[in-house]
Amino acid sequence: MKASVIIFPGSNCDRDAAVALQAAMGTPPAMVWHGDAELPASDLIVLPGGFSYGDYLRSGAMAAHSPVMREVVKRARAGTPVLGICNGFQVLTEAGLLPGVLMRNASLKFICKDVHLRVERKDTLYTRRYAEGEVVRFPIAHKDGSYFADDETLERLEAEGRVAFRYCDMQGRVTAEANPNGSRNSIAGIYNDTETVLGLMPHPERLADPVLGGTDGTKMFRGLVESIAA
Amino acid sequence: MKARITITLKPGVLDPQGKAIEGALHALGFGSAGNVRQGKYIEIEVAESDPARARAAIKRMCEELLANTIIENYAYELEAA
Repeated sequence: MKASVIIFPGSNCDRDAAVALQAAMGTPPAMVWHGDAELPASDLIVLPGGFSYGDYLRSGAMAAHSPVMREVVKRARAGTPVLGICNGFQVLTEAGLLPGVLMRNASLKFICKDVHLRVERKDTLYTRRYAEGEVVRFPIAHKDGSYFADDETLERLEAEGRVAFRYCDMQGRVTAEANPNGSRNSIAGIYNDTETVLGLMPHPERLADPVLGGTDGTKMFRGLVESIAA
Repeated sequence: MKARITITLKPGVLDPQGKAIEGALHALGFGSAGNVRQGKYIEIEVAESDPARARAAIKRMCEELLANTIIENYAYELEAA
């Protein structure tokens, strides 16, 4: 299996993503610079977290139009799985691969802490190792993470089962108190219409090794690798 | 030609920055300030002498990059540079 991690100027979770991928795949992913128009053959593309282009204009807006993204969009539309974490999620929305937009947190504060998430479905490429409704702990670290989409888009996402993760409390209850950033419907991550593209604000790669204090993220990378190999 | 572009949040889109600004204005004693909404202002010199072509270029710039039309509206004025 071959994976590629795209690096934008200002990406800062690319190596964390590479370590988590290597642990799951057994081989290191290709690290691809944003200016490269060529993208190696990839079974999986990861857009890592960070602050691409200093979050100028809007988070992810500049990166979404970088040369390599034209190829990423083409591959994603052809069915290649694309995982966007944090800034990667913002890039995916700005590139039009996922609906909606990530806006400034309702508190206006940068929030860096562990949150609980409810896994909404287990029958996707990304979630086969989780149980449906399982509560997992992933860290968040963002200022622009408040998911917004208009009513019609939200209804469609809900009706089509495209909400991947929702912010919840330890017991899995989706409450206003457990929503860290004001996201509509407590949405932490969503799929595209073929469930091959996943964008999420929390960082599975940051709790993917016992030495980091947790391994809830490991199951996503392992499950994803198993799904792609299957 | 020179374009002056303003980008604003669509009505109904939550604007926590606008709310914070409003709170600060109230704290300064400007009790009459209400419904504060913040946005962006961008100036661009367009190498076009024909206003119609300049408008078309600016519109595309707004649609493709400068504004996210899911949440933002844009407006612009053109003047001879």
